[in-house]
Amino acid sequence: MQRGMLSRPVGLLFLAPAIVFIAVFLVYPFFSIFQMSFTNTTLVGVNAVNPQFVGFDNYVALFNADQWMRRGEMGFSLLLTAQFVIGSGLIGQAVLGLFIAVLLHNRRGFTRELVFTLAIAAWIIPDVVVAFAWFAYLAPDGTLNNLLNTLGIAGPDWLFKHPMISIIFFNTWRGAAFSMLLFSSALSSIPPSQLETADVLGASGWQKFRDILLPQLTPYILTDLLLITLWTFNTFTPFLLTGGGPSYQTDVISIFTYRIGLRFFEFGKGSAAAMVVMIINLAIASIYLLVSRSRKVRA
Amino acid sequence: MASIKIQKLVKTFGTVQAVAGIDLDMPDGEFVALLGPSGCGKTTTLRMIAGLEVPDSGVISIGDQDITMSQPRDRDVAMVFQDYALYPHMTIGENIGYPLKVRGVNKAEIIRRVTDVANQLQIGHLLERRPAQLSGGQQQRTALARAVVHRARVFLFDEPLSNLDAKLRLEARAFLKYLQREVGVTGVYVTHDQSEAMALADRIVVMSAGKIMQVGTPLEIYRQPANQFVAAFIGSPPMNLLAAVSDEAARTLSIAGHTFPMRENFAQASKASVIGVRPEHLTIHTQPVENGLVGKVYVTQPLGGETLILVHVGENLISVRVFGDDPPELPEQVWLVPELSRMHYFGEDGERIS
Repeated sequence: MQRGMLSRPVGLLFLAPAIVFIAVFLVYPFFSIFQMSFTNTTLVGVNAVNPQFVGFDNYVALFNADQWMRRGEMGFSLLLTAQFVIGSGLIGQAVLGLFIAVLLHNRRGFTRELVFTLAIAAWIIPDVVVAFAWFAYLAPDGTLNNLLNTLGIAGPDWLFKHPMISIIFFNTWRGAAFSMLLFSSALSSIPPSQLETADVLGASGWQKFRDILLPQLTPYILTDLLLITLWTFNTFTPFLLTGGGPSYQTDVISIFTYRIGLRFFEFGKGSAAAMVVMIINLAIASIYLLVSRSRKVRA
Repeated sequence: MASIKIQKLVKTFGTVQAVAGIDLDMPDGEFVALLGPSGCGKTTTLRMIAGLEVPDSGVISIGDQDITMSQPRDRDVAMVFQDYALYPHMTIGENIGYPLKVRGVNKAEIIRRVTDVANQLQIGHLLERRPAQLSGGQQQRTALARAVVHRARVFLFDEPLSNLDAKLRLEARAFLKYLQREVGVTGVYVTHDQSEAMALADRIVVMSAGKIMQVGTPLEIYRQPANQFVAAFIGSPPMNLLAAVSDEAARTLSIAGHTFPMRENFAQASKASVIGVRPEHLTIHTQPVENGLVGKVYVTQPLGGETLILVHVGENLISVRVFGDDPPELPEQVWLVPELSRMHYFGEDGERIS
C-alpha cells in the first residue's frame, strides 16, 4: 500500500467529523427507521412510550391486496408517482431539455441567452416562492385563466379539475433547466465540423440528430434519466401546490410517506413506507447503473 | 465535375471584413489552392463555397448554377475538414458510407461502393474498426474516402494535412496529388503551407486580409510575384527585399548603401523603391568582386543538401542559399552578387514593376 501524506491516526482525525456527521444523521436514522418499521410506534399515546414489536404488520398493511389500489393507499400512490415521474421527469424535463439544447446548439445571441436565463431562473428560485407563483398562476382567477379569457376561453380551476396535469407541467417547468444544461454541455463537446460535414454531404436535420447527435449523447441521457427519475420520485414540492389532493389525486409517494408518518404520526407505518421508497430508489439506480455499465463493456 | 465561378464575394464578421470582394474563375477539373497567412479569408471563402457561411454580397456559381444562397446539401460538394470530422460512434465503413446512406442508396450498393473506395485508398482492411483505433494517416484517408464516395461535383479541402506529423504529411501530399490526377477533380484546397500549395495545385490564389494578392500557376507565383506580399510569402526562406535608390544620370542603383552600375534593366529598376532577390539567386564570394554587396557573415546553417547563410549588409540581413552538401568555409567578410536577370522590382505601392 502506498504511504499517504498523513499518518494513519492523523488521517482518521481529519475524517472523524465527516464520519460522525454521516453516522448521526444518516446511518443512525436509517437503522432506527428500519427498526421502527417493525413496531407500532406513534408520537403520542401508549405506543409512544412503550412500542410493541409487530413483525411485518406495517408492511402487510401497506401491501394489503384488498386496499392496495384504493385512493390514499400505497399502490394508488405508486401509480400516481409513475405518471408523475414519466410525465414530468422523463418526458417533460428530459425531452424538453434535450429539445431546447439541440435547438439552441451552436447558436449565439439574444434568444439563447434569454432561454437559458429563464430556464435557470426557474430552476434556482426557492420552492416556496415558485409554489406561490404557480398557485397564483393556476388559480381560478389567476394569470393563466386571465390569459385564456382574452382569447375567449373560460379556463377551469386547474389545481382542482386537473391536479396531476398541473403538477406535471409545474415540475417540467421547474426542472427542465438541469437537463438542458447537461445536454448543452454534452453537445458543445461534439466538434462543429461533424455537423458541418453532415450538412455538406446532404443529411437532413432529423438525420443529423438521429445519426450524429443522439448516439454521442446516449451516456449523458442515461445519467440525466437516472438523476431526474430519482429527483422527481422524491420531490415534495407538489405538496405546496395541491397538498396531495384533491381527494388523493396528487398523492405521489413522497407525499404519501409524509402523510402516513408525519401527519398521522404513525411512525411505525411511516417508517415501513420510507423503507419501501428507499428500496425502490435503490432499484432504479441499480437498473440505470447496470445499463450504463453494459454499454461501457460493449463499447 | 464542374467549374466554379466567384464574383465580388464579400463576407464580414462584426467589424472585420474577412473576405473583401474577391473574383475567381476555375475551369472544370482544376485544382486550386487558397494560400495565405491565418486570418486572410481563405477558410471563409471555402466555407462560403460549401454553403456553411452565407456571403454578405457576391455570387458563387458551380457549373452554370448560381448556388450563392442554396443549402449545403443542394450544392453537391464534398468537404474534408482539418480535424477529419469522423463520427466516433460509427465504424470506418459506416463513416465512409454515410453520404450514401443519407441519400437513400440501397445497402448492397453502399457496401459495394464503400469497399471499392476503401480499397482504392488502402483502408479496405479497416472497415470494421472505429476512428479512435486508427492512426492519423488512416483517419485522414477515411475522411477522403467519405468525400470521394458520393462523387460530388466539387471537392473542398480545409487544411486536411495540417494535423499530420511531418513524415505522414509528405506521404499524404503525394497521395493527394496522385488521387487528384487519377480522379481529375475540381477542387479548392485551403492551406497556409506554401509547399503544399506549390506541390498540389494547378493554380495558387495568394490571399491577404480578405483580398486576392495574386492568382497564377505555382511557377508564375514563384518567378513573378505580383507584389511585395507574395514575394515575401512564397519561398523558403522568403525573398530578400531591399530598399533601392536610383540615380538617373549615373545609371546606378544604390542598394543597402552600396552603389553599383546598372546597364541592363535600368529603365525598369529606376522606378523601383524596393528590389527583391531570392536566396537561391545570390552567389557568395570570398574576394572583392564587381557588383558585389559587401557584408559580414552572421550565421551559417548547414541543412544537408544545402546551406543557408545569413549575411549582414548594412542594416539588412540577407539570406543566401548555397546548394551542395559541403558547407562553404567563409571568412568574416563576403561579397554577394545578385543575378541581375532574376531580380524583382517593386514600386512604392508594393506592386511589381515589369
